Formats: sequence, C-alpha cells, structure tokens
Amino acid sequence: MDSPTPPPPPPTNDQSPPPPPPATTSGSPTDFLKGVVGKRVIVRLISGVDYRGVLSCLDGYMNIALEQTEEHVNGAVTNRYGDAFIRGNNVLYISAAEVL
Amino acid sequence: MDPSSSIQEPFDLIRLSLSERVFVKLRGDRELTGVLHAYDGHMNLILSDVEETIMIVDVAEGAPEGQGTVNVAKRKMEMLFVRGDGVILVSPPSRT
Repeated sequence: MDSPTPPPPPPTNDQSPPPPPPATTSGSPTDFLKGVVGKRVIVRLISGVDYRGVLSCLDGYMNIALEQTEEHVNGAVTNRYGDAFIRGNNVLYISAAEVL
Repeated sequence: MDPSSSIQEPFDLIRLSLSERVFVKLRGDRELTGVLHAYDGHMNLILSDVEETIMIVDVAEGAPEGQGTVNVAKRKMEMLFVRGDGVILVSPPSRT
C-alpha cells in the first residue's frame, strides 16, 4: 500500500456555508411580505404620512390594499377609510404592527 | 359574501369600485371625489361628476412650522382623466 493518500484539501475561507439565520428572521423580504398579509401594518409613504390598517394584499409594484385604514399625519389621525388602495411608488416602508 | 375574500390583488379593490363614487388622494395636496368609470394598470383614472379639493397652506412670516393657515379651494368638473403617476391613494365607498 504505497499509494499515497491524497492530501487533505487546503482549508478555504470563502467556501464555508453562511451561518443559518436566527429562527426569528425567516428569510427574504418576500417571505416577510407574505407573512404580514392579513396582519395589522403601518405603511409609511415617502411624504411621511402613515397608514395603519390590516394588509389585505399587495402586488409586485408594492401597490397595497388596506382595510380599516387610519391616516396619521404627525401622529394625529387625519382620515379613516374602510378600504384603501395605495399606489406602490409612494411607499417608503411596510412595518408589522403586531407579532407575526 | 365577505367582500374582502374576493380580493386577491390590490387592483381588485379598484375593479369593485367601478361605477361607484371614490375618493382619490393626489400629489400636490389635492383630493378628488368622483364616479369611477375606468382605470388601467398605471392607475390612470376616468372620473365623472368630480369635485377637486386643493389644500393651500399659507405659512405666515415668522410663524412656527406647521402653524400656517390652510386655505381650501374647490372646483367641479364633469369629466376628468387623471394621470396615474399623480395618484397616492384611492378609497372606494365604505361597504358597511
């Protein structure tokens, strides 16, 4: 048995698998958005206006349908809508307002 | 049937509001109410029997921020085409 055993592969720093994400943050932005449909959310527009309501659905443009919507400007309620369609280009962020 | 159960995408909300009076919030502190006749994927809208409300904020000299007086101007139009990129929000009549 004089056939030499192959040397172990050199250690590589860049091929180690990424650490698994913590269990509380499950994955991609898309996964987050799927998770918040049907939940209470805060939608902030670029203008600074907030819409709080139940997220009915959203699409790839981030157009949003909200139910039981309250419009907040500078912390005060300025309007209420039973349903509201928000055009996606105005959206700054969508924040979950209850535990997912 | 619960109307929310028939909504799969946001545009369904608009589709269900055809021929209804809707509230539209536009860029530039403008609001519209009118009867929705047509829309497309850009949210270009055709409205009839429209009332436009324009909020004009006059900030007095030396007044603290946010303390300006708000003047409201209104005008009516029989038929209106709204270019979609000006639309911020559309709200159908409340189905209660």
